[in-house]
Amino acid sequence: MVDLSIKLGQMQLKNPVMTASGTFGYGVEYSDFMDVSRIGGIIVKGTTLRDRQGNPYPRMAETPSGMLNAVGLQNKGVDYFIKHIYPTVKDINTDIFVNVSGSTVEDYIETAERLNDLEKIPGIELNISCPNVKEGGMAFGTSCPSAAQVVKSVRRVYKKELMVKLSPNVTDISEIALAVEAQGADSISLINTLLGMAIDAEKRRPVLSTVTGGLSGPAVKPVALRMVWQVAKAVKIPVVGMGGIMNATDAIEFMLAGASAVQIGTANFIDPTITAKVIDGIEDYLVCHKLSSVRDLIGALEV
Amino acid sequence: MKKFMLDLVVKENKSLNNQYSLVILTSADPLPPMLPGQFAEVRVDNSPNTFLRRPISINFVDIEKNELWLLIQKVGEGTRKLCEASIGDSINVLLPLGNSFSFPANKEDKVLLVGGGVGIAPLLFWGSMLHANGYNCSFLLGGRSAENLLQLNDFAAFGTVYSTTEDGSYGEKGFVTQHSVLESQDFKAIYSCGPTPMMKAVAAYAGRKNIFCEVSLENTMACGFGACLCCVTDTTEGHLCVCTDGPVFNISKLKW
Repeated sequence: MVDLSIKLGQMQLKNPVMTASGTFGYGVEYSDFMDVSRIGGIIVKGTTLRDRQGNPYPRMAETPSGMLNAVGLQNKGVDYFIKHIYPTVKDINTDIFVNVSGSTVEDYIETAERLNDLEKIPGIELNISCPNVKEGGMAFGTSCPSAAQVVKSVRRVYKKELMVKLSPNVTDISEIALAVEAQGADSISLINTLLGMAIDAEKRRPVLSTVTGGLSGPAVKPVALRMVWQVAKAVKIPVVGMGGIMNATDAIEFMLAGASAVQIGTANFIDPTITAKVIDGIEDYLVCHKLSSVRDLIGALEV
Repeated sequence: MKKFMLDLVVKENKSLNNQYSLVILTSADPLPPMLPGQFAEVRVDNSPNTFLRRPISINFVDIEKNELWLLIQKVGEGTRKLCEASIGDSINVLLPLGNSFSFPANKEDKVLLVGGGVGIAPLLFWGSMLHANGYNCSFLLGGRSAENLLQLNDFAAFGTVYSTTEDGSYGEKGFVTQHSVLESQDFKAIYSCGPTPMMKAVAAYAGRKNIFCEVSLENTMACGFGACLCCVTDTTEGHLCVCTDGPVFNISKLKW
């Protein structure tokens, strides 16, 4: 019997496989296809202080080995989440994190404060990296002072697990990682989507209503692996790696690069049972390599 | 309705013409319940340049033969690959997805199903169910020319078929909304699926005449089951997902 549990800041997860925000709804969307309580942690859809309609259609473009999205944080706001969604997800037997986004520091603080009292929400993922909204989002995550400011402010009011999701659309991601670590983040997740673009040559128009969008899927995996490796070397807090994970081998690669856990995103759209397969695959790998704990993989890359 | 991920087997693949194929799938186990208007997300294997599943309407379900019919238009690489499926191939599908058409208010109501191009696909299944439930239904099918009119004999089994072609090569010349049957008969419910300009014209007609009308939309999707929020359409209730709140919408809800 191998041990799949991992430590993540203040928490222990039953296994290192989580779902990425914006790709797994609130978990319940997947419950016909699989037992979602098997998942190590579910990060629910990006939540903001007030309801957001998101960007106009079209919001998605299929690209080679990936996709661009420009959803723009469509959600019904934190109060709706607390009143209507939390009651239906709180009994899922896994750790549920809420991804929190905002246009101002005050938005982040107020949203985090309201989530602090939810007994079955052990943590939040602070999204300072959404590329698809005009204000806030990525703007906070692309400079050290603003990233530090928002993490510092939320840390003051939010007592539970504080994971901070970083943007890859920066010159040196390690600097941002160090800045948020210094302000009390418990863990760091990366990467959010890479800013990209698709053009319809026949129409001579951009495919997305917003012109640019966030690239995800296997196309971004090498970039994500490199950034996880860089960040894991730079910081002492746990790193959660994501970007194009399609199978257990991909997940193991992220852990070898230094991730304590992984998030699976776009792959859920193609195989809604992929998280279960990745968990099983990691277990098989550990047995095959005669390792007793998945923690033995973290940062085990030999360079 | 419970959704499933299944590996189905290709029982038949009929090329209807150089643009369309009818792929008939089956399974050793009974197929799950499906309703007219719902769709499947079909995985495209061995297709290196595509990444996501393809949403395909349920064209027909033959419960006795345990068959699921998918009418596929070759639009790009993914759909072309699906049209090349060989008998015995395994095809992975997520189904049944989305909502379904709703029955007309009264059994006596005359019902019209208006389709264009590959948009006729869900109307065959819906027509079969209306017919089986004793409704008087007619079909109005449009296409650019005769070769774009598909499955006419299949439709004829469930009601009278009227048609239009833009070049006049079959049926009345013009668009579906110009067909004489709209003036000669008094329809109480209209269901439509096809190109957006066609559905908008049908919706405008139904709106003017105050006729109950549902349309089935087709937006690009990533997941097909309400997780990604990519396929939204603008409605009186804000952005709604075509995959879960639709694909069937009453026209009164759409901001057309």
